[in-house]
Amino acid sequence: MSAMSSNNWDRRSVLRAAAGLAALGPLAACGGNTGRANGSGEVLTQYFHAYGEAGTQEAIKRYAKAYKEANVSTQWITGTNFESKLFSALLTKNAPDVFEFHPQLQLIKSGQVAPLDDIINPVKDDFNPADIKSHTVDGKIYGVRMIDDPQFFFYRKSMLEKAGVDVPQTLEELAEAAEKLTTDKVKGLFLGNNMVSTNYALVWAAGADQLNAKNEIAYHTDEVAAALKVYRKMFTSGHLLLDAPADYWDPSALVQGLTAIQWCGMWAMPVMQKALGDDLGIFPFPSAASGAKPAVYNGGWSMFVNAKGKKVDEAKEYVKWLWIDQKKYQEDWALSYGFHVPPRISIAESATKLKSGLPAEGVKLFSDYGRFDNINWTQAMITALEGVIADAVRKGVDPEKALDTADKKVNRELKKLFG
Amino acid sequence: MSTTTTRDATRPASAKVSPTKPRRGAQGRTLNFWLFTGPFLIGLVIFVYIPIGWSIWLSFFEARYTVTPSTFIGFDNYKQMLTNGDFVRSLGTFTVFAVIIVPVTWALSLGLALMVHRLRFMKAFFRSVFFLPTACSFVAASLIWKMSIFSGVRFGLANTVLGWFGIENIAWLANPNPPWYWLVIVTVRLWLQAGFYMILFLAALQNIPPELYEAAAIDGAKPGWQTFRHITLPQLRATSTAVILLLLVAAYQAFDEFFNLLAKTTWGRPPLVELYYTALGDNQDYGAGSAGAVILTLLICTVTLLQGKFMGFGRGDESK
Repeated sequence: MSAMSSNNWDRRSVLRAAAGLAALGPLAACGGNTGRANGSGEVLTQYFHAYGEAGTQEAIKRYAKAYKEANVSTQWITGTNFESKLFSALLTKNAPDVFEFHPQLQLIKSGQVAPLDDIINPVKDDFNPADIKSHTVDGKIYGVRMIDDPQFFFYRKSMLEKAGVDVPQTLEELAEAAEKLTTDKVKGLFLGNNMVSTNYALVWAAGADQLNAKNEIAYHTDEVAAALKVYRKMFTSGHLLLDAPADYWDPSALVQGLTAIQWCGMWAMPVMQKALGDDLGIFPFPSAASGAKPAVYNGGWSMFVNAKGKKVDEAKEYVKWLWIDQKKYQEDWALSYGFHVPPRISIAESATKLKSGLPAEGVKLFSDYGRFDNINWTQAMITALEGVIADAVRKGVDPEKALDTADKKVNRELKKLFG
Repeated sequence: MSTTTTRDATRPASAKVSPTKPRRGAQGRTLNFWLFTGPFLIGLVIFVYIPIGWSIWLSFFEARYTVTPSTFIGFDNYKQMLTNGDFVRSLGTFTVFAVIIVPVTWALSLGLALMVHRLRFMKAFFRSVFFLPTACSFVAASLIWKMSIFSGVRFGLANTVLGWFGIENIAWLANPNPPWYWLVIVTVRLWLQAGFYMILFLAALQNIPPELYEAAAIDGAKPGWQTFRHITLPQLRATSTAVILLLLVAAYQAFDEFFNLLAKTTWGRPPLVELYYTALGDNQDYGAGSAGAVILTLLICTVTLLQGKFMGFGRGDESK
């Protein structure tokens, strides 16, 4: 414990405290004007990554302001490395009490996140069972799912028609489509600047998985290696949009006509529809091995409570209030800015915006082909698989060799988690 | 030497004048010493020595997602850092970077200084214009380089210029073969730092006595290369050495542009970026990160000592 106290004076944490104070300045200015004099003085801090959709930050702050039991201050973390900032903040004394993230086992093993069974259990049946499963370890549920975000391909119907290209049914066909759609003005396909956001879909569409039921490596198959070779071929062909000003999660590339097909998430659908009207279609990641199903990655964000924080109970109360009780806010969060599939069945059923047209098609892809996060697949493994794309696709290393490199890192992590 | 002798001579004399005071004087001097150095020393201990000690301690522990670990694992972290290849490769990346950036910046800043030095008018204007980028942050400059100058789309500045000559778009950062990313990284740093070193060279140039040039001219040295080679360059030796040392230190500390320009890669990571990803990034492995930092510190100490031996730093005035 003595080490804990000297922890305060670590250069890093002092600097971070100073930076945190500086960052909090403008927030405090916003938060101070709540007109709520009866605040009990309790202050909770919540971390959110910066959502791209207009109005999201205001919405989160509006919900927080409506909470009467405590003052909730919001840290809206911009930049591309939310994980790093969250993880290092969690080690300090100004760690967030509540934060959004994805289910990952190491957070549970290290006692970082609190089990939330007591607040979820009363409404457990109202959650998408897959969302409950992906947050459950040894019978306990960690984290309340806020939104499910299916990710798939968006395409410009007019461009495919003009080039005489059908919606690709296999990965090879996708590569051919990219070739035919490429002109001197438009690239055929945008898989993201780092090409890592299709990782899960690629593995699943090749008939493999990240890990098997015994928590052993399952992504290292001949089919995955073959799919990586197709990726490499596309990368070197000049048919991919690369180094775009905005990355895959932003609808700009498709909307501005830089590409004919783009990997993106359903969150961007409203902006795309507004800009392109009917000139917009979607399809899942096409099959990459014979007999394998197409794939859709059901990502999303969940609320977690920092178990090492000083106000665990208050934090749980807040999470319960907002993400269990306040259905109006949950619906607003899922449907008013970007489109997300609400994890609450009752909200999903009444979500008229998702009942017709392209959003309905998206929900169908979500239910037909969508697969969820595997809680045992942790950040170190995510990084290892991203290294495979960097090596095998961008650098041109033999896929087998790149997968071997990842195996070492993943096995080291698996050994630490499961012995 | 002369100053030391006079001081030795005066000291006994002053002691004779006030025989009762020397003890209090010494005490006062001690007090003053601590008064003046104390705050700095406390800062040094808290912000430098404790973290260093802590880091060494962490490097022998299994410290993931914690900085107060309990599992002692001996030299495992060191073994892991030295054998997994990433860290060793980062040292190679740094070497490549230093080999390119140090001479190029040296030459460019010297060239700028020579040009500005010769200007008859608007000298202050050009001096400021070239110095201005120093005030820009590396992160902001990296983003400009990445999103507008070297973006991979057809309307990126670099690709537009290439387009005039009918050359295909280049993915400057995404594709490591050929390693165009070095062009992006080196140019952004050049733009940011060349002006600063130009000022150093400019100051040194203004310090060269004009008599030397006059004497050289009388002796028949041709203006231009010959004068530059035999008068200017030798007169700039001290500044050049200092600039090279500062450039090396700056290159070693490089982080921002690599971090912001290259994402999700397995290449182009100098040691600090590599250690960031190990300790603070996704892995949160403070033990391995600390082990890497200790190895790096030992390396730097060795290099500095060797450098002192060969370049004569720290030997004092007599050796000049």
